[in-house]
Amino acid sequence: MSYQRIKFYQTGTFTVGNRLLEEGERTVQAQKDRTNSLNSGHRACQGCGEALGARYALDAVMRATHNQLVAVNATGCLEVFSSPYPESAWQIPWLHSVFGNAPAVASGVAAALRAKGKTDIRVVAQGGDGATVDIGFGCLSGMFERNDDVLYICYDNEAYMNTGVQRSGATPARAWTNTTQAVGTEPGNPMNVGKNLPRIAMAHGIPLVATASVADLHDLETKVTKAMSIRGARYIHIHVPCPLGWKSDPAETIKVARLAVESGLFPLFEAEGGVVTDRTPIRKQVPVEQYLVLQGRFEHLFSPRDEQALAAIQAMADRNIHLYALLPTEPAMGT
Amino acid sequence: MKQQIEGSQAVAQAVALCRPEVMACYPISPQTHIVETLSRKVKAGEVGNCQFLNVESEFGALSVLIGASAMGARSYTATTSQGLLFMAEAVYNAAGLGLPIVMTIANRAIGAPINIWNDHSDSMAMRDAGWLQLFAEDNQEAVDLHIQAFRLAEELSCPVMVCMDGYILTHAFEEVDLPTQEQVDEFLPPFEPVQVLDPQDPVSIGAMVGPEAFTEVRYLAHHKHLQALEAIPRISQAFQDIFQRSSGGLLKLYHTDEAETLLLALGSVNGTIKDAVDDLRAKGWRVGAIQLCSYRPFPLHALRHVVHNAKRVIVIEKDLAVGNGGIVSSEVKLALQGLPTLVDTVIAGLGGRPISKAAVIDTVKAACLEGLEEPHFLDLNWVAINRELTRQAEQRRSGPTPENLLREVGSADWKTG
Amino acid sequence: MERKPFAITLDPTSSLANHTGNWRTMRPIYLDHLPPCNQGCPAGENIQGWLYEAEEGKYEEAWRKIMEENPFPAIHGRVCYHPCETVCNRGQLDEAVSIHSVERFLGDHAIEQGWQIEAGKATGKRVLIIGAGPSGLSAAYHLSRMGHAVTIYEAGPKLGGMMRFGIPQYRLPRNIVDAEIARIEAMGVSIHMNRKVENLEMAIKEGIFNAVFLAIGAHLSKRVDIPSPDTGRIVDALGLLKGMEGKEVPKIGRRVVVYGGGDTAIDAARTAKRLGAEETLLIYRRDREHMPAHDSEVKEALEEGVLTRWLSMIRQVDENVITVEEMKLDEKGYPQPTGRMETLEADTVILAVGQEVDTRFLQDVPGLEISTDGVIQVDDTMMTGRLGVFAGGDMVPAERSVTVATGHGKKAARHIDAYLQGFHYAKPPSNSVAIFDRLNTWYYTDADQSHQPYLDLARRRASFEEVVGGLDASTALLEARRCLSCGNCFECDTCYGVCPDNAIIKLGSGKRYEINLEYCKGCGMCAEECPSGAIDMIKEIR
Ligand SMILES: Cc1cc2nc3c(=O)[nH]c(=O)nc-3n(C[C@H](O)[C@H](O)[C@H](O)COP(=O)(O)OP(=O)(O)OC[C@H]3O[C@@H](n4cnc5c(N)ncnc54)[C@H](O)[C@@H]3O)c2cc1C
Ligand SMILES: Cc1ncc(C[n+]2csc(CCOP(=O)(O)OP(=O)(O)O)c2C)c(N)n1
Ligand code: SF4
Ligand code: SF4
Ligand code: SF4
Ligand SMILES: [Mg+2]
Repeated sequence: MSYQRIKFYQTGTFTVGNRLLEEGERTVQAQKDRTNSLNSGHRACQGCGEALGARYALDAVMRATHNQLVAVNATGCLEVFSSPYPESAWQIPWLHSVFGNAPAVASGVAAALRAKGKTDIRVVAQGGDGATVDIGFGCLSGMFERNDDVLYICYDNEAYMNTGVQRSGATPARAWTNTTQAVGTEPGNPMNVGKNLPRIAMAHGIPLVATASVADLHDLETKVTKAMSIRGARYIHIHVPCPLGWKSDPAETIKVARLAVESGLFPLFEAEGGVVTDRTPIRKQVPVEQYLVLQGRFEHLFSPRDEQALAAIQAMADRNIHLYALLPTEPAMGT
Repeated sequence: MKQQIEGSQAVAQAVALCRPEVMACYPISPQTHIVETLSRKVKAGEVGNCQFLNVESEFGALSVLIGASAMGARSYTATTSQGLLFMAEAVYNAAGLGLPIVMTIANRAIGAPINIWNDHSDSMAMRDAGWLQLFAEDNQEAVDLHIQAFRLAEELSCPVMVCMDGYILTHAFEEVDLPTQEQVDEFLPPFEPVQVLDPQDPVSIGAMVGPEAFTEVRYLAHHKHLQALEAIPRISQAFQDIFQRSSGGLLKLYHTDEAETLLLALGSVNGTIKDAVDDLRAKGWRVGAIQLCSYRPFPLHALRHVVHNAKRVIVIEKDLAVGNGGIVSSEVKLALQGLPTLVDTVIAGLGGRPISKAAVIDTVKAACLEGLEEPHFLDLNWVAINRELTRQAEQRRSGPTPENLLREVGSADWKTG
Repeated sequence: MERKPFAITLDPTSSLANHTGNWRTMRPIYLDHLPPCNQGCPAGENIQGWLYEAEEGKYEEAWRKIMEENPFPAIHGRVCYHPCETVCNRGQLDEAVSIHSVERFLGDHAIEQGWQIEAGKATGKRVLIIGAGPSGLSAAYHLSRMGHAVTIYEAGPKLGGMMRFGIPQYRLPRNIVDAEIARIEAMGVSIHMNRKVENLEMAIKEGIFNAVFLAIGAHLSKRVDIPSPDTGRIVDALGLLKGMEGKEVPKIGRRVVVYGGGDTAIDAARTAKRLGAEETLLIYRRDREHMPAHDSEVKEALEEGVLTRWLSMIRQVDENVITVEEMKLDEKGYPQPTGRMETLEADTVILAVGQEVDTRFLQDVPGLEISTDGVIQVDDTMMTGRLGVFAGGDMVPAERSVTVATGHGKKAARHIDAYLQGFHYAKPPSNSVAIFDRLNTWYYTDADQSHQPYLDLARRRASFEEVVGGLDASTALLEARRCLSCGNCFECDTCYGVCPDNAIIKLGSGKRYEINLEYCKGCGMCAEECPSGAIDMIKEIR
């Protein structure tokens, strides 16, 4: 686990803040004067996980860099809802070029900073899953391979949302999208397809690869902060539910994200130099069904019940649990 | 200092003298010697603190420069042909964002069929991307235009392509007068960006713009090019003041006064054309030549002014607007709208086919005496074409045209690269 | 013109001009809901409220919060049957918060620290309280805080009522009773002991009282008719327990039989055990399940070696033996005779079959209504049929416990206060109950209940030392922190953190939060995630 969970009674470090903890043990998000890198007035949907994830991550970067930060953004929901002329929601220097080049643009920013000797300013590149695992993959791999001093953050909402919910290489098995419709003999996205980008990133041997979720803020912030303490190419993959594309209740964005983690479908782990070094254990394991049933994009698995598919998805979760040892006994109570 | 040097090496030296801060490159013939030289120079510490990135694609290369330039760094790359098309989205984007990147285009044909030799199809494909496009006649001019390009780009906050003919220039050893660092420093002030990514003064660059402002944004891009029409000659003059030689500008004229027939072309073919003009003039033909040095912005008024007394302009161009004809000639026609001047299109030198002085002379004569069909393809092998057309008409599965033609012309040993 | 390129480059945070609040169809509001514990507390304590203070180690604030409702935290922390814990939401998660043990800690801590409560500014009104049990004392305490001059007439030689003459010391040490009562005395209450009121109207007239609170408890032991040649060997439990407070320890036989199934029976049995009875047998008509005594008390009695005989009725008491008939329960759970008799050896029989109110001196009070089962009728302001005379505690129809009596005292005080000022007191309405389903329990850490230490058995059997120990400060702190703060914001910052639109304003420590309706899109995430269920989504009104 990337951070020492404080098993203080009441809510410990599970909540955003906790008045019973020392200031320093609360999250950046709990601070009254947090920086709100992505400010109000943006046009994200109600309950957008990506908007939340971006503020979570970038506020932590701002904190870690004393606001010496430049962000590069791929085309996608985050870019579109944050910066439609004439209003921008960003409080940080921010550059959007095109859909598939954010990692390279960020490499360029980093190179310019190196050339100018301004290495106190740090660079973050960010994009959706489509920008990351699909169209920008070449640039991303290049950035990794050169070990450029860039933190790349992927906000994984598991489809091309900005264009109206089409399948990406990160769309999960059997999920409905507008290009993997719930019709035919195997409704939704086929089984056993798609890319596991964190593992691919690890294969580049870069200093840090981590997965995170909007459902575990302490974990997310710790990983981001750690990433900013390292030079070189770093990759953080954040799971961000999209109520529109997942057909879930906007109020349940965090809940859905939490169940993805708790079911084992979205493992939280950390890898250094290509080797898994840490994982965040599941707190209260749940069957994948509990996660799937909240999302309309999996509705066809329940009416009528598709036992085979449900079992196959459960097997995927079980495999993660096994692979990353997500079910250790919790350490004893107390601090 | 004058020296015998390969065009690519000379350009690399010139670029290095411009104190670039970030370069990102991806190899493609015939640009390779430029980037190889620069990579060595950077690694040897000869280019200050410049960062040289070996990237994964041309798209990546230009994207790196978009980031670097937005961060306020002087940025450079070189490419050609397939590489330029591969970066196309970023090419438009760099211009849209107004980032003053300088890029050498070692002009080369575009496949299929894959062809590594010179023509202008590549930069023509990007002619509306918003970049300024300057064409060099020889390696001296290539060197000089690069130095001017940085000043021009940064003054206008607009990217510039310096186009030089692949192999013909890039790989030619010629005498080139390479400037000194002092001269370049005197001519080229440090880069002061109009916008920059700065944590002290944050801005959001690259907004999404809707119908309410998009036309205005595009007009402003156009306006930059109109400003360039004034800036290019001024900067060329400033260059002459320091370097004591004339280079660049919008148009370069050769015996255009009193000429009835004017040849117009871009790039290195102007050398051949000038020789042909000399020969023809010696025989009493009233011909002259115009080198279109700035293709973007297109100097409509300057051209009209030069041409307005001529009877005929023969545009020799190394490109083809398939389905239409001449790209450059269409624009020349636009410049001459309303004048009685005839405009001929001569498609020549595609995929590296040599343009001989004799062919130019024959073409001028033919045009003046019989007139040319529109467009006119120089040296077209009609025998091969007719046979292929017949074959295609006879059988559905006629096979791939390029290979068939190669067999026709009997030179299957043409290199590919 | 702007230095920045038109339209493609924008000023930071200019989105604030875009008021996304107009997307909203539902709006979040912060609403404190009634925690089940508070609802379940007969003394009306704001349990969640004082636990909240205790969680931060603010013991004095916590104690003072209890004292607003209940003057006896150290006593209640020991003898209250804590119905709050029965309904505590945490019980559905793992185990209920051990509210009483934290309350006891706070009460004891306050005694150690000598914390005191001041009387209110004098109003000039005089109130007579008859009986100094928990109900009377509670009323005295609250009325004093309101500034009324309180006089107590108590028939007995000491204060505390059943807290002193009923509940045995091993459950409620007398120094605790003394300390918490002393605090009330110190507020300036005028106390007259050994003053049994025989004539109510006269007492009122003599003392020129503006109002009266009757709290005389239920002190008459009920009798059952059991044929016996030697009634001397039959004693009543109250007498025994009361005797414990006298100079001489009551004498009992070697083999003691206690007859009854309530808490008094258990206390009598455990007391007999401690007094040296070799064998103490509890006889009850029904079975353990149907016993009115609290389970923990029964358990402790059994641990101490009290023997039981369920489903038995005493038919005859003779010298050294008693005859019992075996009973069986009918469908309704009532005991029915079987005719099967048995004799058992017994030297002493202690009857613990209930208490009645001694209403004799109230018979003639005009308007005052006494029901057939001998209790005094009151309205919902605790006033009897006699204007200005209120009553509470064991003498009115309600559950008989220290806590109910204390709650009655408070309630009566509020109504007396209103009566004296000529208005009607109405309890402020509370929001709906924070039921378990309102909570988002994922956020709470797993934490088992802390357990209070027990005296070892040998000492329990032989002495009147307190059986159950208190929590130490650190354990009490952790126990307090097990509270889920049901329905009440505990400033965990979760809503503030999870809002994707930064539409929640954190006002700072202790000041909670505010919704910024200019930007709140009404997604409901804050309400969904709030661990304590302190946010409601309501229909947007425009
Ligand atoms: C053995 C036993 C154990 C118990 N254990 C518990 C327990 O663990 N937890 C719990 O919550 N409850 C317990 N109870 C019940 C609880 O003690 C009573 O419900 C509570 O004390 C009632 O309070 P009260 O003020 O109404 O009456 P009391 O406590 O009975 O006080 C009435 C007072 O009025 C005085 N008085 C009576 N008549 C007059 C008069 N005419 N003039 C002046 N003064 C008069 C009496 O002397 C007495 O002091 C127990 C009761 C008994 C008997
Ligand atoms: C080269 C290119 N192809 C396609 C698009 C259209 N496009 C814009 S955003 C987008 C989807 C973005 O998906 P993702 O990266 O997952 O981000 P999300 O919107 O889901 O957050 C697509 C397909 C584009 N802008 N550019
Ligand atoms: S958890 Fe706390 S607030 Fe909730 S019922 Fe229990 S004691 Fe009361
Ligand atoms: S989420 Fe936490 S801070 Fe917000 S209202 Fe609920 S308890 Fe209070
Ligand atoms: S999370 Fe924010 S936007 Fe959503 S309802 Fe709550 S305050 Fe409003
Ligand atoms: Mg996506």
